[in-house]
Amino acid sequence: MELRKNYFADVRKDDLHEIGQPRPRSDSPGHVTGKTAYFADRNFPGMLHLKMVRSPHHHARIRSIDTSEAERHPGVVRVLTAKDVPHNVYTILILIQIGPEDETVLADGKVRWKGEAVVAVLAETERAAQEAAAKVKVDYEVLPAVFDMEEALKPGAPLVNEYHGQNYYLYDSGECRKVRFGDVEAGFAGADHVLEQSYQSSPIEHAPTETTGCVVAPEGNDRFTCYTNTQAMFFTLDNASIILQMPGSKLHFVGGTVGGGFGGKVDVIVEPIAILGAKLTGRPVSFIYSREEEMQISSPRAAEKVVIKDGVMKDGRIVARKVTGYTDAGAYSRHSPYGAQKGAGHYPGPYTIPNVWIDTYCVYTNRTPSSAMRGFGVTIGDFALEVQMDKLARLIGMDPLEFRFINAYRDGDMKAHRQPTEGAALIECMQEASRAANWPVAEKYMAMSSYRKGA
Amino acid sequence: MAIRRGRGVAAINYPTGMNLGGDPTQALVHSTPTGNFMVTLSSVDLGQGMKQIMAQICAETIGVPTDRVVVDTADTDTGPHCMGTFASRGTHRAGNAVIQAAREARQVMLEVAAEELEVNASDLETDGQGNILVKGAPQKSISIFDVALSAHFKRGRSISGRGMFLIPRSYPEKETGAMKPSTCYAHACTVAEVEVDDETGEVTVLTVKNVFEIGRALNPKMVEQQLVGGSWMGISHALYETTEPYYPNRDHGGTDFNQYLMPGPGDLAETEIIVLERPSADGPYGAKGPGEMCANPQIPAVANAVFDAVGVRIDTLPITPERILRALKAQAN
Repeated sequence: MELRKNYFADVRKDDLHEIGQPRPRSDSPGHVTGKTAYFADRNFPGMLHLKMVRSPHHHARIRSIDTSEAERHPGVVRVLTAKDVPHNVYTILILIQIGPEDETVLADGKVRWKGEAVVAVLAETERAAQEAAAKVKVDYEVLPAVFDMEEALKPGAPLVNEYHGQNYYLYDSGECRKVRFGDVEAGFAGADHVLEQSYQSSPIEHAPTETTGCVVAPEGNDRFTCYTNTQAMFFTLDNASIILQMPGSKLHFVGGTVGGGFGGKVDVIVEPIAILGAKLTGRPVSFIYSREEEMQISSPRAAEKVVIKDGVMKDGRIVARKVTGYTDAGAYSRHSPYGAQKGAGHYPGPYTIPNVWIDTYCVYTNRTPSSAMRGFGVTIGDFALEVQMDKLARLIGMDPLEFRFINAYRDGDMKAHRQPTEGAALIECMQEASRAANWPVAEKYMAMSSYRKGA
Repeated sequence: MAIRRGRGVAAINYPTGMNLGGDPTQALVHSTPTGNFMVTLSSVDLGQGMKQIMAQICAETIGVPTDRVVVDTADTDTGPHCMGTFASRGTHRAGNAVIQAAREARQVMLEVAAEELEVNASDLETDGQGNILVKGAPQKSISIFDVALSAHFKRGRSISGRGMFLIPRSYPEKETGAMKPSTCYAHACTVAEVEVDDETGEVTVLTVKNVFEIGRALNPKMVEQQLVGGSWMGISHALYETTEPYYPNRDHGGTDFNQYLMPGPGDLAETEIIVLERPSADGPYGAKGPGEMCANPQIPAVANAVFDAVGVRIDTLPITPERILRALKAQAN
């Protein structure tokens, strides 16, 4: 790695003692000698193991659940169903007034994705819990499922989530989050070329080294300590408190070093049910995702579709950009309504365009619920935007890097969401990339700056 | 049939933090009797090294070496609220809270030192080595060790401070979308060079040259580990990963690291990282959040390089050999 101190030296003081120093990480020796304690290193006498019975169907009505054989399985201590969960229907952003509550801790009457948790089995060993889980009998009536966002948005599509009532998240702005800036149709009408292209992505897995999980210990004083690898301690504690209808003062959450998060550990999934198990049995409970659960059950990055329509002039100026973004939330909201909104605030990318129209939709399907992941709401948008930029440059016969200089935002430029640009540095990054990659651009671009006088 | 070479570029920006509920994080700082400093948080270290960087931020602000600072975090019985570690917010939000708390603690520390030295607190400075000196008369000094002892056992002062980061929540305007979605933006430009085998569709990423502008590299070694890891993750996202390889058929999703495709050590490109620093007005010592941004530009850069190499556009991720071969076949027809 190289630090190029010649850029922005006029606005930066380099006289600090500790900041800017490549100090060795204090936790590295523990990591490389295996001494760092992770949540799963907690082991308590009498600890129970929790395993989930999961839906084999993408969409089905539950006619009945028979747990009697599982309860008789040797080593089984307790079997939990929806009726055991005090506040079973929840949503994680309710703490900051983003509803509606739309997801069940344990399925109640219906499953909406393949892998959904239906019954929790607590047993003396992992093996006993696994074997007993296989003995739970659930009678399903399979319902038509929808896997594609465009299909889901068509009239007559199977309704995925009754708590929403339609297959998209209803924002205060309507069926999508909107950004309107200038007159995009006038921009297209006056453009030398108009290019509309569509981009798509698949869900991907966070693939942390350490799978999602927690270990809960009753403390004997009516409090419960939850050792967890959540990425957000109070967020999880407060949601667990709501789901369990238990005062937050009864809960003590202990985290520590997490073996990789990447956004995959911001849903509140394992802790509430494990605490409930500890409360109802009076024993410590461990609930740790297998690698298979981590890869196929925990929220992936959403599948997305992005349609971009641009008007561009022969001289390289983009005069209009219309973006329609679709985020596949899967069956439940989790963080996806925010992800789609974050996309609306990110488009049209780091470029100054006078006419912009953005619609971003959060769509429900019978896929695995998606949620936050590194680059949430932005990563796929950037893929789409930057491939589109390449296509536009080639369309007008211009070097792709020079084309970006012409449109790059600079200090003071008004963004589509009506914030003036501050602290821009795109131009300088491109100048340095031009040098580093030996990708020459015209001298006038190398002389540009993100600064503007008076900005 | 041939191995064809191409290169592609992408340029991006990325917001720091989230626009939800004011995006708050708090910190507490206090001194021990012998002048070590404890930072108490509930933020989570995901392995990116948050504890280390909070120690350096606290040390810089108090004016002591980093090894005099201990970070206690991720315990809801002791640590004040943090929204969480995500949205490229950890260093920026918790760092701001730590600076505010450390400044308050430093002020008490200087007041106690002033009483001991019989001068005004405003005439004092720290040397960064654990001593407090009179400005312009450095021979007149006291160690922070002695100041802390005095505060604890003689002067009855708690060398401590509270800090919090909070911004006004921005509700997007319904019709126009006017909003303030972030506080500051990091930037990047990546050039990727690939080889594409037009017989097998296989893509080899040869080099990835990344330029990142991150506000301030608080600890350059830790910046490097995060940016290199992110760059690899971007390549993996571009070419390999999907939980649903046969979508809309949901069967055959990977269930372990043998089935879920990711690049192995032999698949990693020669990776160059160049860092620029334009300090942000509101960041801790100017830092922005590059944690997510660093995995984004490689994806379109690789896609554009594939087009440059073989002349087909793959607009669906991941860019698999199958998709490339099908596109080449369609192009030939």
